[in-house]
Amino acid sequence: MTELIFFINQVVISGAVLGCIYALGAVGITLVFGILRFAHFAHSELMTSGAFFAFLLAALFASWGIVTPIPLGFVVLPIAMVMSAIFALGIDKGFYAPLRKRGAKPVILLIASIGVTLMVQGLIRLFFGAGSYSFFETETKDVFRVDLAWLGSTRPLVITEPQLLMIIVTVVSVLALHFFLTRSRLGKAMRAMADNADLAQVSGINTALVVRVTWIVAGALACMAGTMLALDVTLKPDLAFNIIIPIFAAAIVGGLGQAYGAIAGGLLIGFAESLAVFNWTMVLRPLNGVLPEWAQLPATLSFVPTEYKLTVAFVILVVVLLVRPTGIFKGASS
Amino acid sequence: MAFSPKNAPQERFCAKSAVSKLTHASPYAHMPQNSPEYEPRVNGIRNGTDLVSSDLVIDVRNVSKRFGGLTAVNNCSLSVRRGSVTGLIGPNGAGKSTLFNIVAGNIVPDEGAVIFDGNDVTGLKPHQLFRTGMLRTFQIAHEFSNMTALENLMMVPGDQPGEYLGNAWFRPGLARSRETEVRKKALDVIDFLKLGHVRNELAGNLSGGQKKLLELGRTMMVDAKVVLLDEVAAGVNKTLLNDLASNIERMNTELGYTFFVIEHDMDLIGRLCDPVIVMAQGEKIAEGSMEEIRANPQIVEAYFGTPVEVA
Amino acid sequence: MALLELKHVVGGYGGAPILNGVNMAIEQSDIGVIVGPNGAGKSTTLKAIFGLLKVTGGTIEFLGESIANSLPDKLVPRGLSFVPQEKNVFTSMSVEENLEMGAFTRKDDFSETMQWVYEMFPVLAEKRRQPAGELSGGQRQMVAMGRALMSKPKLLMLDEPSAGLSPRYVIEIFETIVRVNQEGVGILMVEQNARQALAFASKGFVLAQGQNRFTGTGQELIADPEVAKSFLGG
Repeated sequence: MTELIFFINQVVISGAVLGCIYALGAVGITLVFGILRFAHFAHSELMTSGAFFAFLLAALFASWGIVTPIPLGFVVLPIAMVMSAIFALGIDKGFYAPLRKRGAKPVILLIASIGVTLMVQGLIRLFFGAGSYSFFETETKDVFRVDLAWLGSTRPLVITEPQLLMIIVTVVSVLALHFFLTRSRLGKAMRAMADNADLAQVSGINTALVVRVTWIVAGALACMAGTMLALDVTLKPDLAFNIIIPIFAAAIVGGLGQAYGAIAGGLLIGFAESLAVFNWTMVLRPLNGVLPEWAQLPATLSFVPTEYKLTVAFVILVVVLLVRPTGIFKGASS
Repeated sequence: MAFSPKNAPQERFCAKSAVSKLTHASPYAHMPQNSPEYEPRVNGIRNGTDLVSSDLVIDVRNVSKRFGGLTAVNNCSLSVRRGSVTGLIGPNGAGKSTLFNIVAGNIVPDEGAVIFDGNDVTGLKPHQLFRTGMLRTFQIAHEFSNMTALENLMMVPGDQPGEYLGNAWFRPGLARSRETEVRKKALDVIDFLKLGHVRNELAGNLSGGQKKLLELGRTMMVDAKVVLLDEVAAGVNKTLLNDLASNIERMNTELGYTFFVIEHDMDLIGRLCDPVIVMAQGEKIAEGSMEEIRANPQIVEAYFGTPVEVA
Repeated sequence: MALLELKHVVGGYGGAPILNGVNMAIEQSDIGVIVGPNGAGKSTTLKAIFGLLKVTGGTIEFLGESIANSLPDKLVPRGLSFVPQEKNVFTSMSVEENLEMGAFTRKDDFSETMQWVYEMFPVLAEKRRQPAGELSGGQRQMVAMGRALMSKPKLLMLDEPSAGLSPRYVIEIFETIVRVNQEGVGILMVEQNARQALAFASKGFVLAQGQNRFTGTGQELIADPEVAKSFLGG
């Protein structure tokens, strides 16, 4: 039993947290791709800058002596999301919109977005330096330990407060996104434009408005993902840059342009990564009693060493693309 | 000679001599094209061995092609005579594009055969057909935009010794002499098409009409037995179209090239083509001069449409 | 004052113009049909009216106001609708969502219009929850028309509504077009099968090389042998 709880702590909870972050990031990438038909590389910087907006706001709140029952990072999240949405709109207006107007090809926009990535990252380093920050310098990170002795486990189930909130917030946002896309006029217009941009225009849909809404949604979700990642680990200028590749993999695995696919892809890759680096010796140690001397389990026994975690996303990506080239949820192929 | 068909490689590259020789040896231009005693001039004169292989360069026999439930081409037979400019027309959905693509090797027919120059070429790929002397142009010109017009033409003949590293280093003489030949031929082609003033211009900078001329020039570099022209008029303005049409006429009358033309522009078809083949609903419905076609009420009806009847 | 009036319209996609002076006038009671040989500029005319390509000369007036080079999001609220020939439904969205998209520019309650569309195409009411991409070609054409009608247009423009349909559906679509017209919507459509379409046209326009070749009532044009011959050039 102890082993099972250990497995849940190490794989299920951390996989869910990672999966939530990937899913929120991948949804933004997939929405931007669906509407504007280019791979928005700078999405990682929307996440990182969003986390810094939240961090600044939290520090501001703390300096005013505001104390809240849940971590400040979550309290300021709505404001930070608004700021990120405005930031995303600004980037589009400043960089991508002029290129689109001149009829730039998707690859040009992709390169431009890499430029934006480097620029925003540089700006963050300029103001905050290259060091890392923690949301929990003034407050404590609550840890819930559920004692499971009655189940015969010597270990408690461990989940931190941010992790728990993170999962709840993600579930709520995904539901909100679902209702936005299926019930609201603008959400449907977004789906219509992703489906057939020419026909959307012919129907009288204000495509410029849809583009703006897309950036608002993508920016806000990126801010949420970035802040959560910073709450779970630490905040640094290359926070999301390091995970943009698995996030892209999640979007592609789910089927580019498919919001639900991106969520599924994000969770899949999140769980897979946690599972791949899980140390099986911890669970299988009791076997050492029955195994002969020469077959004793090594200290660490995992599918993939932790430092190669990134490869898991690629393996899944390659396998999915071989079996189902359009992704799990039949997305756009180009 | 520059513009001789593939099977006459022994003669060398001089457009002018080729032209004069042709006009002397064959009063082709004055011959009624559809007369039964019309000679398979090209092979006969230049080669002497393969005198009457066949009067037909392309012979499509009972070809059918279905896409799902739709029959695009239905048991269609037609042929292109050597030395002719044969047009293929028909209302939208008549299956002419499909048939054209079958001839060009882009689509494999479900039934029937395509005979090219006496050989069954059904199912051969476009690049294999290229080697046998069947060349097509594209509706949208395909050029190497970062090479000059001259270099574009010099690229066309494959298997140049200089393309191999070994030859380029150790047998430079061989590579050079072949390259000189190719270059001379390309210059002849450029002269013929009156593109001399832009021969060192990057192909990407040429006008739409000049690119189409270059496309024609490509077919001359390898002495095509038949040139398939796919919608040459598309996107070309009237003046350039005139120029293009007169070049096609000259290639046909002066150099003896055979053309198979698919085209929407009826005026161009009327000017260039004799005979004109009309397709409707996947079948050949008529063949004749453009005047005969225009006078045929059945064809007018096919174009103008008929009331729909529920079967 | 005509509902839609084109005078000497010149336009194209940059480069050489495709339209070299097109004239036409349509009333709300009219079924106008544009026919002509391939490459005559039939579809291009519709696209020029709908702001999908650049008009460089001449005038286009809708209800007496110039609309040349206005974009669809301005034209649809004014009462102009367009059904493209291909890719004219949102395949991943349900039939009902497709219709809603047609009403995007409307701020008022459009449930009555939707009811009207469902009465016109009862089969769509049955399949309202089904993705439009799963429907047959004829049903898709109905979705496309229904979508365009959701904005309550004064003029409905259709680009080859019968293309690729089986004869049974061609008749059905044509009958529906006549019914839509009887309900007070002007029609301007491009058709490949000239005889069929001119048969029920109140106004016919035969284009060639981007210009009007013949103009008249449908019956006049069918009766004139020169019209049919013009399809073969010369």
